[in-house]
Amino acid sequence: MSENKQTVRLENLSIGYKGKSSVKEVACGINASLFAGELTCLIGPNGVGKSTLMRTVCAFQEKLGGNIVIDGKELEAYPDKELSKKIGVVLTHRPQIQNMNVEELVALGRSPYTGFWGKLEKEDRKIVSDAISLIGIDNLCSRMIQNLSDGERQKVMIAKAIAQQTPIICLDEPTAFLDFPSKIETMQLLKKLAKENGKTIFLSTHDLELTLQLADRIWLMQKGNITIGTPEEVAQSGALSEFIEREGITFEKSQMRVKISR
Amino acid sequence: MMFKNSGKLIIITVLILVLLALNLLLGSVKIPFADTLGILFGDRSNEIFSNIILKSRLPQALVAIMAGAGLAVAGLQMQTVFRNPLAGPSVLGISNGASLGVAIVVMMSSSLAGVSLSRMGYAGDAAISIAAIIGSLAVMTLIVWVSKKVKGNVTLLIIGVMIGYLVSAIVGVLKFFSSEEDVKAFVVWGLGSFARVSGDQMLLFVGLMIVLLPLSFLLVKTLNLMLLGDDYARNLGLNVSRSRTLVILNSGVLVAIVTAYCGPIMFIGLAVPHLCRAIFRTSDHRILVPGTILTGAALALLCSLVARMPGFEGALPVNSVTALIGAPVIASVIFRRRKDDVRE
Repeated sequence: MSENKQTVRLENLSIGYKGKSSVKEVACGINASLFAGELTCLIGPNGVGKSTLMRTVCAFQEKLGGNIVIDGKELEAYPDKELSKKIGVVLTHRPQIQNMNVEELVALGRSPYTGFWGKLEKEDRKIVSDAISLIGIDNLCSRMIQNLSDGERQKVMIAKAIAQQTPIICLDEPTAFLDFPSKIETMQLLKKLAKENGKTIFLSTHDLELTLQLADRIWLMQKGNITIGTPEEVAQSGALSEFIEREGITFEKSQMRVKISR
Repeated sequence: MMFKNSGKLIIITVLILVLLALNLLLGSVKIPFADTLGILFGDRSNEIFSNIILKSRLPQALVAIMAGAGLAVAGLQMQTVFRNPLAGPSVLGISNGASLGVAIVVMMSSSLAGVSLSRMGYAGDAAISIAAIIGSLAVMTLIVWVSKKVKGNVTLLIIGVMIGYLVSAIVGVLKFFSSEEDVKAFVVWGLGSFARVSGDQMLLFVGLMIVLLPLSFLLVKTLNLMLLGDDYARNLGLNVSRSRTLVILNSGVLVAIVTAYCGPIMFIGLAVPHLCRAIFRTSDHRILVPGTILTGAALALLCSLVARMPGFEGALPVNSVTALIGAPVIASVIFRRRKDDVRE
């Protein structure tokens, strides 16, 4: 697996929030890497700092210490425009937009490449329509965003990230509000994008079983440490059992399954 | 889709021209169509008629066009930046700032300097415009400064509304201590009018707006990205806090200048963006910005026309007319639009 190109490297990263007088550190000493062509899933209990880590990698908030290196260059060294051509994001929440159709929204993914008027050239249009067919939402093209289901809307946001043509796509709990089949469909889609399009896909999720089946690499974040490896490696290390097991719940390492006693 | 919307833009432009013609033709003094046309093309043989057209009706119509366009686009910008359909030019207290400036000048001048501005006529009008611009720009500077300190849009909106309350409270105190005559002058200013501006001041106003309105086209892409929310916008390369400041600055200056010359006109800035979203059925600011500019101008012309209808003779203040005509029209358009949505 290590033959894949490393795209993001976190070096001794500490994350958290800076107030006026106090600093609240959420996690520190994170050393990890993301690779092109891989689906990397960030899992862990609520409040451990998954979203904070995600937001820090996306440059939505400042790191407290350490380095984030993207394609050999520090995150802070990228101008806004250039960074928007490196990392695309998909968030949990539905954007509150009225009167905008799917095609228009996906086309906004071209913003980093267009001029002040946001005019799409012929090539931009092709990239937008390619992104739409790649995600398989051609039938939604002229539908209004507010009339879509949560699953359809997340696909549209992923198509936006594809149109943005970034090698890295970060998704903050993209499947949180989706029904079960849509969750699987979305995860499979992301897996395909990693495998066939060579994207670096980094997502946070609570869907453990899906993660175990589909992820190429798991980052398991727990209080004070982060365990990284393939699903098998993380399972064997015992970290997963530590994360899941409590009275009535056991994790079967051999079968990679969560067992609930009735 | 694009073609249909540009068609609508053309229809509204034609509507503006028709309303402009009606504004020139109709009024308490009957001027024949041929004479009106002649006067516009330089015929000065009838001095009374040409005075009425060139010194009253034409300036008033031009002021209405510019004021309507400016307020409408400012309202659109505010609604997008704050992602709040109830936002409008008055929401951040910018027009209240203008009121404060005017209140101070109108009501303090008599007690401090011993001259009552309400009796000064032309010079008094100029002083009022300047005071309004200073007042609203002062509040806007305060808001921009605050916007750099606070992150959340809602926080900023609340602070803006609070500043508005504070300012109107000060105005209230000033009113209490002023002479009746000055209070009346202030109240009259507050009713709004497209007719107050005349002569050189009118040219200055129209000139300023011709420079400022196109600037709002530079922010079209910014506004489109802001629709997605701060995080998505930032990810697409937008410097969110700088853009927010620029948009507030642009719409704030527009409101400040319009308010200075026409008084606080509340309704157009809030309603026209909604009307345009219903007409054009899009959130794309590449269409909405020109759309609101044109629709705002048309609506203001219509209101200025109604205010001068026989029987009213300028007795109706603009603020009442905008709301009286505009509210039912716009409510019905939006209501019908909603029903369409459900059927879809």
